[in-house]
Amino acid sequence: MSKHNFGYFIHEGVSNMFSHGFMSFAAIGITVACLLIMGTFTLVAVNANGLLKDLERENEMLAFVEEDFAEPKNLQSKLAAIPNVASVTFISRQQAMERFVEQYPDEEMFRDLDPNILRDRFSIKVADLERISQTKAAVDAVDGIAYVNASEEIAGGFITLRNVATVVCVALIAILFLVSVFIISNTIRLTTFDRREEIAIMRMVGATNGFIRWPFVYEGFLMGFLGASVAFLMEWGLYEAVAQGVSTSDAMQLIEVIPFKELWGPVAGSFAGAGIFIGVGGSLSAIRKYLQV
Amino acid sequence: MLESESALIELKDVEMEYDNGTKAIRGISLRIDPGEFVFLVGPSGSGKSTIIKLLTGEVEPNAGRVRVNGFSTRNISERQIPLMRRTLGVIFQDFRLIEKKTVYDNLAFVMRAVGASAKESRKRIPYVLELVGLEKKAYSYPDELSGGEQQRVAIARALVNNPATIIADEPTGNLDPERSLELMDLLVKINKLGTTMVVVTHEKDLVDHFGKRVVTIDSGRVVNDSVGGYVGGRIHV
Ligand SMILES: Nc1ncnc2c1ncn2[C@@H]1O[C@H](COP(=O)(O)OP(=O)(O)OP(=O)(O)O)[C@@H](O)[C@H]1O
Ligand SMILES: [Mg+2]
Repeated sequence: MSKHNFGYFIHEGVSNMFSHGFMSFAAIGITVACLLIMGTFTLVAVNANGLLKDLERENEMLAFVEEDFAEPKNLQSKLAAIPNVASVTFISRQQAMERFVEQYPDEEMFRDLDPNILRDRFSIKVADLERISQTKAAVDAVDGIAYVNASEEIAGGFITLRNVATVVCVALIAILFLVSVFIISNTIRLTTFDRREEIAIMRMVGATNGFIRWPFVYEGFLMGFLGASVAFLMEWGLYEAVAQGVSTSDAMQLIEVIPFKELWGPVAGSFAGAGIFIGVGGSLSAIRKYLQV
Repeated sequence: MLESESALIELKDVEMEYDNGTKAIRGISLRIDPGEFVFLVGPSGSGKSTIIKLLTGEVEPNAGRVRVNGFSTRNISERQIPLMRRTLGVIFQDFRLIEKKTVYDNLAFVMRAVGASAKESRKRIPYVLELVGLEKKAYSYPDELSGGEQQRVAIARALVNNPATIIADEPTGNLDPERSLELMDLLVKINKLGTTMVVVTHEKDLVDHFGKRVVTIDSGRVVNDSVGGYVGGRIHV
């Protein structure tokens, strides 16, 4: 494609877009909505995943050894052999005691405590948080283990939330994607209709399909790109506002929101990619029927 | 540009049926040599416009072969159709100019469509406009011109990409007799400069006046191919 044509295609694409200002506005608006919903759900999912990772990192299940069990250390290999167990660490009564003292330096009570009132225990980390219940049961069943402490409810709640969010997110994105392509396609169909005589003449004199198509492709590209840009700015604002809300709220203080500056690259990239895909896809579907023979 | 051997138009045993079952062409063989001037005449519905659509590749034959300036529609690829059309200039009864573009821009538009630069347009367009006698109307819009002038713009547009063949489907259909004669004179003049000319017309007087080769079509067949006049002339077939 020569430079000369490039300028022509861009010019035609822009003037096409303005010739149906309202429809173009609507098409861009729908694209913005699509990208915003897509982006918001994804960002929520990313943050939930981050929380889940934190939870996983901190989540040790504690398996307490029976009081009168002779050789607690012998249990180590049995526990390690259980599926989904990532690591097993033995903690003696003495060590457990020291930890308490470290953790609560102000509580006089622990300092004078006899370690013998505590039990020997194993700290067990699981590989997959989703299967923590089964793992807990298997650990419980080992001879010599008195009981197991695991925060499975918290983990379960997060996993359900994440799974529901993923399904809703994928379904919504798919629907909005199609709607956006459809609206952009219809907008461009209006311009192709306006220009049907010009298209007919171009075909008659032997213009290639590519030449005829480019201005409309640019029109779609431009709408998709504009939509992506607006959506990005709005997403950014929205994210900062929500992050601000979370960090100042008492109830959610503990949730650590990933700062936007760590996310903006992938967000910008995927918005631009999706926007351009929607725009160009819409324009190609609109122009198809004019290019047959 | 094109070798004279390939710059010809040939239909061989061509049959063509529209999707709705109308048999428009029922076995036509016809050869038009480079530089010829041919009138295509015949009653309404006889298949004249269909022959033109076969030449421009708008419709395909169901049987037989169509060759146009070195391209064969039998095995032509989607990509080659534009290249074939660049060897043709087409003129219609209803002019088909772009109303919101000036005369100059109407011509520049079709030059750009086949890859010409603005510079090439600036050189070529004044020459072509002068040839059709419209050098003073370059910046007029089509609705500021008479019917005859508009049709001359259409001729200029057909000429501007320097085609080997010009095909005109009833170019004088919307013009009064005097304008029709002027227009036909112009087509004869362009033909003398080397462009093959295929002209569909209903107007017996015009055909008789010029004494060119006349191919008469009826019910999708060639019923007469002769030089001189409407059916009455010397009979070849
Ligand atoms: N697009 C079409 N679909 C179906 N049938 C068609 C189509 N175009 C033309 N026909 C039929 O094909 C036959 C030949 O039509 P064509 O247009 O070639 O005639 P013509 O000689 O150009 O007539 P006229 O002098 O009135 O322009 C006619 O019977 C016509 O009704
Ligand atoms: Mg006709």
